[in-house]
Amino acid sequence: MKLRSILADIGKSLATAVWFMVLLFPLMVMKVNVARGVAQIQFRWNLLPLVGVGAFVLSYAWRIALEWNERRGANKSEGMSSRIRAAGAAYLARPAVRTSSLLVLLAFVIAFPFLFGMYHTNVMITAFIYVILGLGLNIVVGLGGLLNLGYAAFFGVGAYTYGLIWKYIGPSFVAAGMDPGWLFWISLPLAGIIATLFGILLSLPVLRLRGDYLAIITLAFGEIFRMVMQNSGDLTGGATGISLIPRPWFFGQKLPPTKAATYIYFIAIVLVIITIFVVRRIEDSRVGRALEAMREDEVACEAMGIDLVKNKLITFALGAFWAGIAGVLMAAQTTYINPDSFTLWESIIILMAVVIGGTGSIPGVIGGAILLKLLPEYFRALAQYRMLIYGIAMILVIIFKPDGLIPRKRKQYTFERKEATK
Amino acid sequence: MEYFLKLFLSGTAKGSIYALIALGYTMVYGIIQLINFAHGEIYMIGGFTALILGGFFFSNGMPVGLVLVFSVLLSIMYAAAFGFTVEKIAYRPLRGKPRLSALISAIGVSMVLQNFVLLSQTEKFLSFPSYLPEFNWLQPYKAYINSTQLIILGVTAVIMVLLTLLIKFTRIGKAMRATAQDMHMAQLVGVDVNQVISVTFIIGSALAAIGGVLICSYMGQINYYIGFIAGIKAFVAAVLGGIGSIPGAVLGSFVLGWTESLGTGYISSDYEDAFAFVILIVILLIKPDGILGRTQRQKV
Repeated sequence: MKLRSILADIGKSLATAVWFMVLLFPLMVMKVNVARGVAQIQFRWNLLPLVGVGAFVLSYAWRIALEWNERRGANKSEGMSSRIRAAGAAYLARPAVRTSSLLVLLAFVIAFPFLFGMYHTNVMITAFIYVILGLGLNIVVGLGGLLNLGYAAFFGVGAYTYGLIWKYIGPSFVAAGMDPGWLFWISLPLAGIIATLFGILLSLPVLRLRGDYLAIITLAFGEIFRMVMQNSGDLTGGATGISLIPRPWFFGQKLPPTKAATYIYFIAIVLVIITIFVVRRIEDSRVGRALEAMREDEVACEAMGIDLVKNKLITFALGAFWAGIAGVLMAAQTTYINPDSFTLWESIIILMAVVIGGTGSIPGVIGGAILLKLLPEYFRALAQYRMLIYGIAMILVIIFKPDGLIPRKRKQYTFERKEATK
Repeated sequence: MEYFLKLFLSGTAKGSIYALIALGYTMVYGIIQLINFAHGEIYMIGGFTALILGGFFFSNGMPVGLVLVFSVLLSIMYAAAFGFTVEKIAYRPLRGKPRLSALISAIGVSMVLQNFVLLSQTEKFLSFPSYLPEFNWLQPYKAYINSTQLIILGVTAVIMVLLTLLIKFTRIGKAMRATAQDMHMAQLVGVDVNQVISVTFIIGSALAAIGGVLICSYMGQINYYIGFIAGIKAFVAAVLGGIGSIPGAVLGSFVLGWTESLGTGYISSDYEDAFAFVILIVILLIKPDGILGRTQRQKV
């Protein structure tokens, strides 16, 4: 019985392998090159067995995984692994363990720029920028359940706020004898506010839409933003962007690059901590609860007396705020911005950090953002496969672990039944 | 006036290509309410397959007419197979899950297919040889319309008629309409929903491949990224016409084609891609159900 089902699986996998060998033949085995209007074909026969064996193995694994996925859906809390996980979670939840591990983590994070060099510090800054972006998007996607595919535009609004302030006010600022580094500290709150305003402005027309329409219209807004930045050359520098953006002010000192990186690193940490704090508070607030209800069911939520329009506005505004902050940080770190940093793919990568990490889960999003930014830095050899791997990862996560790698914990109230006293 | 006519006709040709892609979008959306982001990629794969196979046949000395027929037929088959496979792998396990999951999966598929072609073929723009015939009798009107445009227009018209007939009068068409209306109910009365969805993807992908071959012959070039923007624009066209409606998709595509053509001609060519997005925003604000769409109620 068991053997027969295994044989059947192998047979199906063989069929799949043949199917993929045929399906991928023109694209994998034949390589086209057009020279002087004539297409020339070069055969790469060595790839054919590779496709076959790969498809066979993957198909077999896929079938097992799907079966496992279904079985897991049927009985949730059974099995050894879930018990181990529960025990681990309980251990981590102990106050002493929790505090000490957080302290160790904090110490490591603070020591990081002194332990590793400038290169790694810069990588970490980028990762932190993505953490802020991920947490911001998480408010929109995770809490509100609104898919925003134009999030990079708000990121861009933040970066361009700083860039444009530098471009237009910077010279007179310097002429007045002020340190241009101050502009960072002026831009930081200002960019947050302007991005928030943009968020409100853009969300006003889209409030009536839901689900996939909302996704596509935010995508449209994001692309329009990029095109406007690209084509308004006189105002924003067009495709060449804005360069030589000053680093943040540090008591009037001109910091050497290594120290400047460390300094921005600490600013980033502080911002990340503030973000985590605020997002956590939002989650537990009245607004957060309302958003969660909205995500579960808009119509039912409205019937419960929750103002959907107001809540969606708040969601977009809050999400945009953090993107604006992250944008200023990014402009200060790279000292150079151009529209190519704010494409649709940027939005999708931020979304991926949220989805892969765990929609709605703060530790998940942090983990996802750091993972997505660090892996490509340290696996440079695989750089060209990055987007391919990301795409595959996204599909796999959404099919097999739709809650992400570190799932959101739902609030549960446990009733402690008192023993009847006799 | 002449300038206007020229723009209008090039807009018509553009619109009819969008229509071929938009039909696939609208069919899939009508049945499983999924914005199939990967649809544009299928169209690109159709174009690439035709280029590769056409090049192979041509260099082996096959006459041009046969090259055209074989490469187009094979690329249609390949694109259909891709659509079928994608649905089975990336969308079927997500059926009955929240709708946004399938949408995210579709974005993933789009990335995978794009980068697969990028890695397995090339990142460069390749020039696409035109296998389409030239009509000599069209010579005097060459300033207005060329043979490729005429062929595109004709093919789109024929396909639209065939598709309407298929959906109105055949068994599978009836099953498609039933599934679109209510998937559970259709299942109850014995419609094999999985099969219907597979067939929908196959037909949609086949149409996308035809669109791919035609537009690549028209533009004369191809690369791995052409699918994404074209796909989004076709989606805009489908929304514009009323998503789920087949005449709506065609009408929306023409409106989009004309707008783009006239917009780039009279306003600015810098914003060619922006017109589609602006139209999308406007239509969703004024009439979210599109020109020919029906209003839908939301229920708990």
